[in-house]
Amino acid sequence: MSVLIYTEFAEGKFKKVALELASYAKKVAESLGTTLTAVTVNAGDVSELGKYGVDKVLKVTDSKLDKFNAKAYADVVKQAAQKEGSKVVVLSSTTDSLYLAPIVAVGLDAGYASNVVALPVSTSPFQVKRNAFSSKGFNVTELTSDVKVLALAKNSFGLAEASGAAATEDFAVTLNDADFNIHIQNQEKASGKVSIADAEIVVSGGRGLKGPENWGMIEELAGVLGAATACSKPVSDLDWRPHSEHVGQTGKPVASNLYIAVGISGAIQHIAGINASKVKVVINSDPEAPFFKVADYGIVGDAFQIVPELTKKLKEFKANNN
Amino acid sequence: MKILVCISHVPDTTAKINFTNGDTEFDTNGVQFVINPNDEFGLTRAIWFKEKQGAHVTVVNVGGAETEATIRKALAIGADEAIRVNAVPTDGFAVAKQLAEVVKAGSYDVVICGKESLDYNGGMVPGMLASMLGYNFVNSCVGVEVEGSNATLIREIDGGKETLTTNLPLVIGGQKGIVEEKDLRIPNMRGIMTARTKALNVMEPVAADAKTKAVKFEKPAPKSAVKLISPDNLDELINLLHNEAKVI
Ligand SMILES: Cc1cc2nc3c(=O)[nH]c(=O)nc-3n(C[C@H](O)[C@H](O)[C@H](O)COP(=O)(O)OP(=O)(O)OC[C@H]3O[C@@H](n4cnc5c(N)ncnc54)[C@H](O)[C@@H]3O)c2cc1C
Repeated sequence: MSVLIYTEFAEGKFKKVALELASYAKKVAESLGTTLTAVTVNAGDVSELGKYGVDKVLKVTDSKLDKFNAKAYADVVKQAAQKEGSKVVVLSSTTDSLYLAPIVAVGLDAGYASNVVALPVSTSPFQVKRNAFSSKGFNVTELTSDVKVLALAKNSFGLAEASGAAATEDFAVTLNDADFNIHIQNQEKASGKVSIADAEIVVSGGRGLKGPENWGMIEELAGVLGAATACSKPVSDLDWRPHSEHVGQTGKPVASNLYIAVGISGAIQHIAGINASKVKVVINSDPEAPFFKVADYGIVGDAFQIVPELTKKLKEFKANNN
Repeated sequence: MKILVCISHVPDTTAKINFTNGDTEFDTNGVQFVINPNDEFGLTRAIWFKEKQGAHVTVVNVGGAETEATIRKALAIGADEAIRVNAVPTDGFAVAKQLAEVVKAGSYDVVICGKESLDYNGGMVPGMLASMLGYNFVNSCVGVEVEGSNATLIREIDGGKETLTTNLPLVIGGQKGIVEEKDLRIPNMRGIMTARTKALNVMEPVAADAKTKAVKFEKPAPKSAVKLISPDNLDELINLLHNEAKVI
């Protein structure tokens, strides 16, 4: 009956979203009067999961699963759910987990709700609140199937530490050849840079920065904050910045804790992509810029003066607070 | 090559989002509907295949008669024919089930969906459809080439991209990058005129029970007004971010 989660492990540790997922799912398990099981694939030390409420870890170790493969990983999650008799399976909202979740749902004949932002509104009937309309609204969804699959939106719950240690168990899964029909040829990852998807803080620049040569100050500010850099659409269209940084309705969505927008007007299509960010700071020389209507904190002024000054002060602040 | 492009009919990106009937329904009043942007990228790629390599492109939508203007637009952009499955979409599972029937009946080699629709943002139809069909599936796709029965795809991953190879039949969850925005097509007069003569077949749905239902909608709580900080007092911003917002 355990609630089951699939926890992503990369570069020797659990991703932060996996720990957030455990924190969330523990509370779901408690409200259902059951325990929490995590399934891991080729993870090393799994003891950290216990600190976030996981009661049991099913460790899958198989060299065929060294590279992520949605179909095969879906088999892992499905077989783990079947073993545990799980009625609720929760995944993160990483690109990989969102690739898996619908496959898992079909495999378990389950209803699926993505973008879940809070603990269930009720567990009987089973209702969850999810983001919809590019975060311009919420939708309470009822899952009417016996088994339910959820994907938790990033940074929507936070971390909740628990005291406890997880029991671990090796778990062998049955994989079939058809699972490996898709072959990875190569991967390109920007190393040493925080990606928008993982970032807690995002510093974003718009056309107000005038040209690519002025991005040094955005990068410096991001550096001090350990933030990812992003941009508005015209900036990537003009090739001032790579397309992978374009956020908004047609670009990437951002669900960071802090979004700092510099020289971005705040057009509706841009806002659609950052609605899910918690705290928004806007720096813009035009007091009428629409971004001020959705921002939490605003500074009306010239970015070329404010950003370097802010970076300097943040450096001092960090030095005194670490 | 037979390509099926699944298109969803969604509120225009600038539409004001309101709810009605005791917040149980999306208020369509005054809302302009468009082809879901992620699907439009996929449709454009399908038309590219048709023109460069030869392909027959069918578009399909699961929806009531009100979606036909959106379907006609897809025909005007260049699809050869269209299918509307005459069912009001209830959830992603039920939609995928209807689409699976269409795919089986038409034995398509490549099925292109958008990775998610911009109304419910469910992100479930492409993966569910592929699973129901037992087709190969690549999600968050930002590039696709097909040669014979082999396909090379580029998929977005967190922090980068990866290149994959597989074979047909194939379902794709596509997004911007599968073509660039500048390559999107606007229907021209000739396209609009010929679209009128293209077949828009209406199929009756198969029985498919939804597994989820939208019970209620809410708007985000009204935001308190922005706190303006003087450019001469950046310490205050840092203080607020640290002590009030607790984000640094
Ligand atoms: C279908 C569609 C989809 C779209 N999707 C997206 C999307 O996904 N993402 C996106 O971003 N846009 C998108 N757009 C474009 C969007 O409508 C806006 O054009 C865009 O967001 C504007 O970018 P910007 O704010 O950087 O530039 P601008 O509108 O040019 O604004 C620049 C801002 O910088 C300020 N500024 C200038 N100088 C300074 C200075 N020295 N210091 C401080 N501030 C300064 C100005 O006051 C202004 O507010 C889309 C549009 C359409 C039609």
